[in-house]
Amino acid sequence: METLISKFKKVAPKAALLMAVAAGAALQGCNKSGGESDKAVDSDAASAVYVAPGEHDELYSFLSGGFNGQVSVYGIPSGRLLKIIPVFSQFPENGYGYNEETKPMLQTSHGFVPWDDLHHPKLSRTDGMADGRWLFVNGNNTPRVARVDLKTFETVEIMEIPNSAGNHCSPYPTNNNEYVIAGTRFSVPLDMKGGTADVSMEEYKDKFRGSISFIKVDKEDGDMELDFQVLVPGFDYDLANGGKGPSNDWVFFTTYNTEKSGTLKELGASQNDRDYLAAINWKVAAKYAAEGKAHEMPANYYHNKLDHGSFQAKSEVKKTVRYLLPEECPGMMYLIPAPKSPHGIDVDPSGEYMVVNGKLASSLPVFSFSKMQKAIENKDFDGEVNGIPVFKYESVLQGEVKEPGLGPLHTEFDGKGNAYSTMFVSSEVVKWSLKDLQVKDRIPVYYSPGHLMIPGGDTEKPYGKYLVVMNKITKDRFLPTGPELMHSAQLIDISGEKMKMLLDFPTVAEPHYAQAIQADLVAPNSVKFHKLDENTHPNAVKNEKDVSVTRNGKTVTVKMTAIRSHLTPDNIEGIQVGDTVLFHVTNLEQDWDVPHGFAVMGANNAETLIMPGATQTLRWVPKQEGVYPFYCTDFCSALHQEMQGYVRVSPKGSNVPIKFRMGEKKPVPPATASVN
Amino acid sequence: MKKYPSNPSESMMNKLFKPLRLAVTAMLFSTVLFSCSSGDGENTAATGQGESGLANQSEAPAADDGKGIGPVTSVEVGEGVDEALAAEGKTIFEGKCSACHQLSDQKIVGPGLAGITDRRKPEWIMNMVINPEEMTKKDPEAKKLLAEHLTQMTNQNISESDARALLEFLRQNDQNS
Repeated sequence: METLISKFKKVAPKAALLMAVAAGAALQGCNKSGGESDKAVDSDAASAVYVAPGEHDELYSFLSGGFNGQVSVYGIPSGRLLKIIPVFSQFPENGYGYNEETKPMLQTSHGFVPWDDLHHPKLSRTDGMADGRWLFVNGNNTPRVARVDLKTFETVEIMEIPNSAGNHCSPYPTNNNEYVIAGTRFSVPLDMKGGTADVSMEEYKDKFRGSISFIKVDKEDGDMELDFQVLVPGFDYDLANGGKGPSNDWVFFTTYNTEKSGTLKELGASQNDRDYLAAINWKVAAKYAAEGKAHEMPANYYHNKLDHGSFQAKSEVKKTVRYLLPEECPGMMYLIPAPKSPHGIDVDPSGEYMVVNGKLASSLPVFSFSKMQKAIENKDFDGEVNGIPVFKYESVLQGEVKEPGLGPLHTEFDGKGNAYSTMFVSSEVVKWSLKDLQVKDRIPVYYSPGHLMIPGGDTEKPYGKYLVVMNKITKDRFLPTGPELMHSAQLIDISGEKMKMLLDFPTVAEPHYAQAIQADLVAPNSVKFHKLDENTHPNAVKNEKDVSVTRNGKTVTVKMTAIRSHLTPDNIEGIQVGDTVLFHVTNLEQDWDVPHGFAVMGANNAETLIMPGATQTLRWVPKQEGVYPFYCTDFCSALHQEMQGYVRVSPKGSNVPIKFRMGEKKPVPPATASVN
Repeated sequence: MKKYPSNPSESMMNKLFKPLRLAVTAMLFSTVLFSCSSGDGENTAATGQGESGLANQSEAPAADDGKGIGPVTSVEVGEGVDEALAAEGKTIFEGKCSACHQLSDQKIVGPGLAGITDRRKPEWIMNMVINPEEMTKKDPEAKKLLAEHLTQMTNQNISESDARALLEFLRQNDQNS
C-alpha cells in the first residue's frame, strides 16, 4: 500500500521538475500538477465564481452521478452542491427506494434493482431549447430511462427498456420531446420476447442485435410510453445526438465494434479503421410505425410512475413491444463511415455539422448534413450493411480537424462558431473553429476529461459563457482521502478568445454528462410545499383527531401525523413480535423547508422523510418484544429533540390490546369549556 | 446574480403588503428592512447588517398599536358571533391549528387560546395567523410569546379570509366560555 508520504518522497520537487520538463508523451495523472495548473488560473477567477451569501447562482447544472445512480445539482458559477436527486438508487437520506411509496420505482423485470449506473442527463425541450420542465436520465446497467420533475426535483417515472443491454446511448430528446431515444451499448442475442436468448458466444456475429427505442413523451405531463424500437445490426451503440434546424428530423448514433467481436473487445473491437455513425430519420421511422410496418413481439418490462397527489408510485408491467426492421423501411436509416471507435457525436447549433469524436482516431471528422442530403439524392453509397446504405466517406465529410489532441471524446459549442473538444489522453480541452477547422486554443484540465458541457451547448442557442469539464481522475486536486477520491469538475470561462480556468469542485461519484439551464427557467416553478388539501394518499390523515392504529390479521396500520414538535400518536401499544407495522406519517406543516423525518429503532430499511403536506410510509417488522422509540430525524424546532414516541411490542399471541394516545387528558379548567 | 423569493409566502406577502410596506418601512428607522424579515437567504454580504435574531431586535422597535404586523390593518367585528363563519373557522382550526393549540388555557406546543380575543386586538390575531414569522421577529407581544414557548409558530399558509373565519371561531370560543 502506498501512503501519501512515501509518494511525496518519490515525487519530491526534483522529480516533479523532471516530469514538467519531460514534454511529449502526455501522461495521465501527475504530469500536470503544480506550477502549470497555477498558470492556468486567472487572478480574477475567484471573483468570477463568487456568489455572495444569500445571492443565487445564474444557472442550475445537473451532473450525472455515474455509479451512484443519482443526479447531483450544482449552482453555476459557484460550484455549490444544491441537491442530490436519487433516481436508480435507494437513498437513505430521504427514504427513496426504502419507503413503501417509492419502492415500486425500482421494480424491474429482474426484480427490485436498487442501483444503476446513471450516465446522461438531458433536459426536456420546447422548440429545441431547454424548457426547464423535466430531466431525462438513463440507467446503463439494467436498461432504464427515468424522468425527473424539475418542479419538485424528484424522480417521477422510470421505464425499463426491453431488448436492450447497457443502455448507454440514451436518453436523447428530440426538439419538442416528441421522442426520447435510447440505444443499447451492448448488442445481445434477442429471444424475441423482450429478453435475451441462451446462445453460444461463438454465435455473436449471427445472433446478436442492437435496438434503438423510441419513447413517446406526453406533451402535458411528460409521461413516457415506449412507442417502438428499431432493431439494428449487432454493433455497440455508444452515444447519440439529435439534429436541429435543417437536421431536426434526424438523430445520430456512434457505433463501435462493427467487427462484431464477442471477446477481448479492447483489441477485437479496434480492428476496423472505420466504424459507423448511424443516422436515423425519426419522423420517417414514426411514420413507418404508424403505417403498420411495425412487427409486434412479446415483452416483459416495468413502467413505474409516481403520482403527485398521492405521493405513491405504481408499477405496470408491459407485455408487448413493436419493432421496425431497417431493411423493410427504406429512407429511415443510413450509415456514415467514421474513424476508429467513435465516442461522442455532437451536432453544432446550426444543425449542419456533425462532429464525431474518434477515441482512437488522430483527427476529428466533421460531417455535413447538407452533403448527406445530397448523397442520399445521388445514391452516393459504398455498399450496405443488413440492408442499410453506407455513404462514401468523402461524399459526406466536411473536413477534419487535424491533430486536435490525444483521445477526443466529446464536443460542445459556444454559439459563436467555436467547438470545444475534450482530449481524454492528453487531458485538455481544445477550442477550434467550425469555419476553418483550425485549433484556436487549448487548456490543460485535471485529469482525463470525459464529457464537457456548455449550458445549452447541445441546443441552437448555447449560453456561451461557461464550460464545465468533467474529469475522470482527481489526484492532487484536493486533500487526499485514501485511495478513492471524489471525482471533479472544472469550470472554465469561455467568454473571451482564450479559455480561463475558474474553479475546481468535487463531484459525487463519477460525473458523465451534465446539462445546465438558466435559473429563472426553473426556480420560479419550484414547489415549496404540498397542499394538504390536495394530498390524496389513501392513508393520509389531515387532522390529529383522525389518527388511528388498527390491526388486520398480522398487519397493523398506524396513521399518524407530524408537526412541530410532536408526532401523533406518540404512545402505541398492542403490537406483537412479527407483526408488519405500516407507519403512514402525514406532515401537517404548510411551510417551506419543514420536512419531518420518521425513524424507528431496528427497522430494516431507512428513515422516511416527509415533505410538508405529504404522506410517507415506513414498514417495520419488530423481531423482539420490548419498547421501541421512534423520533423525528430532521431538525424542526427548538423542541425537535422532544419529537419522539414509543411503541410497545409484546410477544406473539399476547392479549395486550391495541391502544394509542398523544398527551394525557388533563382536567379542563371550568372557565374554558370547549365550544358546543 | 439573480434573486428569487427566499420564502414561500414572500411573493404572496409582497402582493398583500404593498400598500402597507411603505408605511412600515417609513416607520422603521434602523437598517432592519422589511425584506429582511424572512431571515434567511435575503441578506447579502453587503447588506448583511439586517440579520434577524434577538440580539438585533431591540434596534428596531415597531410602532405598536396592538394590531401586530401583517396584511390586516382593520377588521370589522360584529356584536354577536357569526355562527356560520365560526363553523368554517372551526374546521380550519381542527386541520391547521389544533395540533399545537388548545381552546382552553392549557399550553401544548403553543399557548392555550382561551380568552385570546380579550387579550388581543382582532387584527393582531389575524396577523399572527397569517404572518407568524415576521410577528415573532418584530411584534413585541409575539416576541414575548416566542421567548416563552420557544417554538416558532408554523406558517400554515392561511389566507386572509380563512384567518377571519378563525378569528370568529375564537370569538365564539371566548363568548361561550
